[in-house]
Amino acid sequence: MAPSPIVAIGASHASVQLATSLRQAGYSGDIVIVGAEPHLPYNRPPLSKTLLTQQISFDKTLLRQQSFYGKHNIQLKLGARVKSISRECSQVTLDSGETISYSKLVIATGADPIVLNLPGEQLEGIGYLRNYDDTQSLMPYIKEGKSAVVVGGGYIGLETAAALCKAGMVVTVLEGMERVLQRVTSPEISAFYTKAHVTRGVNIVTNAQAIEFVGRHRVEAVKCSNGESYPADMVVIGVGVRPNTALATDAGLNVDNGINIDEFGRTNDPDIFAIGDCTNFPCHFTNTRIRLESVPNAVEQAKSAAAYICGKELPYQALPWFWSDQYDLKLQIAGINTGFDDIVILGNMEDEQVSAWYFAGDRLLAVDAINSTKDFIKAKQLLSEGQSISKQALKQQ
Amino acid sequence: MIKIRIIDPDGNEYETQTDVGGNLMTVATDNLIPGIDAECGGACSCATCHVYINDPKQLQLLGEKSDVEHMLLDYLDTKRENSRLACQVNLTDKQDGLVVHVAPQT
Repeated sequence: MAPSPIVAIGASHASVQLATSLRQAGYSGDIVIVGAEPHLPYNRPPLSKTLLTQQISFDKTLLRQQSFYGKHNIQLKLGARVKSISRECSQVTLDSGETISYSKLVIATGADPIVLNLPGEQLEGIGYLRNYDDTQSLMPYIKEGKSAVVVGGGYIGLETAAALCKAGMVVTVLEGMERVLQRVTSPEISAFYTKAHVTRGVNIVTNAQAIEFVGRHRVEAVKCSNGESYPADMVVIGVGVRPNTALATDAGLNVDNGINIDEFGRTNDPDIFAIGDCTNFPCHFTNTRIRLESVPNAVEQAKSAAAYICGKELPYQALPWFWSDQYDLKLQIAGINTGFDDIVILGNMEDEQVSAWYFAGDRLLAVDAINSTKDFIKAKQLLSEGQSISKQALKQQ
Repeated sequence: MIKIRIIDPDGNEYETQTDVGGNLMTVATDNLIPGIDAECGGACSCATCHVYINDPKQLQLLGEKSDVEHMLLDYLDTKRENSRLACQVNLTDKQDGLVVHVAPQT
């Protein structure tokens, strides 16, 4: 009997990279990727950017063409949801009742948007952005001159606001905290993005929590904690995500804000790995356990897990990095700024070409680079090599 | 269909065929070519699809680089005059016979 396949749960960046790395390493056994969505694995970052407003076609977001999977003997089971994992039998059970045995199991279930469950949330024209079908259901409401309210001023919310603004909508962003991007960046960069949006016609309201959606069948307005009501022909909610860990928890794997893994992607079961947004891992740079929502993170973890499965140790030590596209503003982030106590700003806010260098004491932690790719690349190199740069040297540039 | 030969950093050669209209990055990823990670999915953000085009004529036929591509390439230690990011190389009939060397990873 042929050995059981390597099974990956979740059909996105992490699993596709896993399959790619397994084949590159010479693994010739069967690979099965189970995905809940009916679509071929695609790139999710464009969901809140060009895909939402149909500036690119869905085909352009596919991670690989269909022929790739057949050519490299990677079996896709799409439109299929894993219901449970049986570690005793080394198998997963699908919603349909079908079971698949595994030699190794890789959980790549990602994260789902936090659902607000506010009164009126079932009204037409209100949506979240987790998958391609979400963009399809919002599409009919994207109309020039109509009003859109974006709930949440994080990266997803701001990218969505930019996309809808470019599509000619009158956009309001409601952010519950004091400033946009509060959880992830400095007051300086928050102020930069606030201004960038306001200049382009987006209304940004902070300290404003949505409390109710009003309308008959379709949404007409969003009521807010500040007593105001904002007209809305459509609403997009982006208030963060939660890792999809239910399968892992039910199977008795260790879970704490993500599925606990080590630098090789291993869970506490030697036959089960986890990769991508659903994981909590020891970060080589912060020396803490963290969870990231990031494609590069998913890709690097997939490489480490695939290597380990093929008998090679390739610990995940790559520098975390991120990007966000809003209007003509290209933000690239190297490193993680958690715990910074000082910041050096280079460039010019007015010209929208700025980089923010975050320090803890004399140690460089991270850089936010806006339309400043060269600063990003430089920072990425310094941080990857464990080097810093003196604030003095930076300021003299 | 056009033919493209890709040589990975270890010197392994891959003969690939592809339809015109796509870009060089997807040809590389579809053929499991090591060294092309394509992390950002072609958004010209990560410089993980760095390649060399050794033939000057072929290089010229690819057209000009955008400012962003210039900037990303400028800060790679492995950058040469004939460097390109594969995600920014669109494929037309003119690229039939293109020979591509994948840059070593930094």
